[in-house]
Amino acid sequence: MIKQLFFGSLAATGMMAGFASAATLDDVKARGELNCGVTTGLVGFAAPDANGQWAGFDVDYCRALAAAVLGDGSKVKFVPTTGQTRFTALSSGEVDVLARNTTWTYSRDTDLKLTFVGVNYYDGQGFMVNKSLGVTSAKELDGATVCIQTGTTTELNLADFFKANNMTYKPVAIETNAEGEQQYGAGACDTYTTDASGLAATRASFADPENHIVLPEIISKEPLGPLVRHGDDQWADIARWTLNALIAAEEFGITSANADELAKGTDNPEINRILGTEGDLGAMVGLDAQWALRAIKNAGNYGEIFAANIGESTPIGLARGLNAQWTQGGLLYTPPFR
Amino acid sequence: MAIVADAPKAGFRLSMLIYDTRYRSLTIQVIVMILFMGGVAWLVDNAIQNLQTLGKDFNFGFLWNRAGYDINQRLVEYSNDSTHARALLIGLLNTLLVAFLGCVAATIIGVFAGVLRLSKNWLVGRIMTVYVEVVRNVPLLLWILLTYAALTEALPPLADFRGDNPTSTMVLNNSMAFTNQYTVMPEPLFSRSLGNIDIGIFLISVDLLAIIAVIVGSVLANRAIKAHATRVQEATGDRPVTWWKSLMVTTLPLLALLLALGFHLGYPELGRFNFSGGTEISNSLMALWLALAIYTGAYIAEIVRAGIMAISHGQSEAAFALGLRPGRTMNLVVLPQALRVIIPPLISQYLNLTKNSSLAIAVGYMDLRGTLGGITLNQTGRELECMMLLMLIYLAISLGISAIMNVYNNSVKLKER
Repeated sequence: MIKQLFFGSLAATGMMAGFASAATLDDVKARGELNCGVTTGLVGFAAPDANGQWAGFDVDYCRALAAAVLGDGSKVKFVPTTGQTRFTALSSGEVDVLARNTTWTYSRDTDLKLTFVGVNYYDGQGFMVNKSLGVTSAKELDGATVCIQTGTTTELNLADFFKANNMTYKPVAIETNAEGEQQYGAGACDTYTTDASGLAATRASFADPENHIVLPEIISKEPLGPLVRHGDDQWADIARWTLNALIAAEEFGITSANADELAKGTDNPEINRILGTEGDLGAMVGLDAQWALRAIKNAGNYGEIFAANIGESTPIGLARGLNAQWTQGGLLYTPPFR
Repeated sequence: MAIVADAPKAGFRLSMLIYDTRYRSLTIQVIVMILFMGGVAWLVDNAIQNLQTLGKDFNFGFLWNRAGYDINQRLVEYSNDSTHARALLIGLLNTLLVAFLGCVAATIIGVFAGVLRLSKNWLVGRIMTVYVEVVRNVPLLLWILLTYAALTEALPPLADFRGDNPTSTMVLNNSMAFTNQYTVMPEPLFSRSLGNIDIGIFLISVDLLAIIAVIVGSVLANRAIKAHATRVQEATGDRPVTWWKSLMVTTLPLLALLLALGFHLGYPELGRFNFSGGTEISNSLMALWLALAIYTGAYIAEIVRAGIMAISHGQSEAAFALGLRPGRTMNLVVLPQALRVIIPPLISQYLNLTKNSSLAIAVGYMDLRGTLGGITLNQTGRELECMMLLMLIYLAISLGISAIMNVYNNSVKLKER
């Protein structure tokens, strides 16, 4: 781990040869494979399934991107990254895109020289506790021991929240979500804090989810989204509009089942433009006309991906909430395809 | 008459750089040096260029920004309003703490195991062999994780101490508790404290300074008493009885000082979640310390064994012939000579232990690697600066340890006159 980080940092600062060139699209095409940075394992968002295949909400975004660029959603190499290694992996060119529950913040966008291409999940930081503690509000956590993933925004939010409420706490730094689950399960901390979606996923993976509750307070805004490096606007556009295409597809009712049917031509010009039957949107980003069609056909539109991985019918059971379309009272609102 | 001409003075030809043995080695050295410098220049240039491509600069200004995160184990004052430099200091102190504790414990374990491995008692010798071979042939990280798991799994969670009929209770008259997060014990408090001195970076307790001063004074006085007894013994042949004087000199001043300062113990009390009051020793420190000591102790045991075996057997035989018992032979004759062989490799084991303490993040102990190389690095995104600073600090610590140990080595090594 230390070695990994060390070499990651070396690579990030470019002391080693082989720096990623600006034209990420050409690199990906030449390689025939998309390198996608994901978590080391967070069920529902990105985790290997029983067959060793990566599956999850973030994974499906990467597959859609691969389908758009390479024509095949299976041509993705998933690179597990921790909260500590993720940005170095991206800056160094080890991954082409990072889809890893990463919060879009000012300093990451500017100082770390990264480009967030959008928000694929509007989240907020919460706390999970064992019911036996009898805690019903995060405001009652004065003096508690808190497990916290190091190198994340949650670490800073936590400090701010306790300070604002005049409370004290004992942080226990952990490296990965798996380690957090284990520490929390062993009772090494009273509460585990991370994004509420991550808490739901973690809780779902316990043997006794009914004994744990996620406290009602959401103490921060955590817009999670995929990101790429600064300096390659074409690649950033492709990543951004692939995400937008998935969201727009839900808005216009394009699903993995009817996409081929709709691609033959519809009365709605915007659907036609997205699916490449009208206009030349693909050429504008250096792709062919069917790029969005392939992205949508891979695992479905945003709503389908959500429902299949983290929706209410899955063990994780997250409601759409803020992540509903703007027409449904949510925040998902893509710029028009024209 | 033939005049013998001077031997022809051959002019310097370029080919001599290769064919003339006087110049050849120099040529090779110059070429290697140029290649080496070229390599370094290429690396530096590459780093600068790539930093420019990324649009990043290289400066350490971030160290004075607010850190914004909290640290669990800290020896001096720190809050999330402190700077990154302060967080660095906390990490550095934590590293030094575990390195110091580890070196002391590893030395004790190593010397015992090394001596016992040479024991004539078959069982004792074999047990030590098993200890050495098992411990040093399994990676250190696994030992750290194992020790930590043992502590967290075996000790009761804090929840067991709560409720009307708790399943776990505090020990030693409700003064200590072993939990799966930390061990809590009474803390020394002074009701008439002398306050603190602020030396800019952190506060130093005057009480502590006073106690140290008194202890040092007592030890010096005790030495004077013993020296006086020796002089009397040499002059008259009779050694005066000094034990009661020594006892009084070593205990009374300290007791008087503690009384004057109003010394009392602060007992820990269980609050809503955690114990408050009392001194806490986290299990991560404990696990790291134990694992480092046991692991490095195995290497030190081998060094000690080698050192003892390097002393000629005639030395022990001579000591036996003089009537020294085996224990005294070991302490007075063999070990002092063995130290000369032991010290140099011991230094490198101390360095190893110090550097290995950077595995602390595995158990969430916030050492230098955890604060500067972990959270600060991630929150600021200054990989190159943090890593270089980290390397520099570890280098400085290691060179410091080397220097101290070399001084000690010079004082025990064979004096040739």
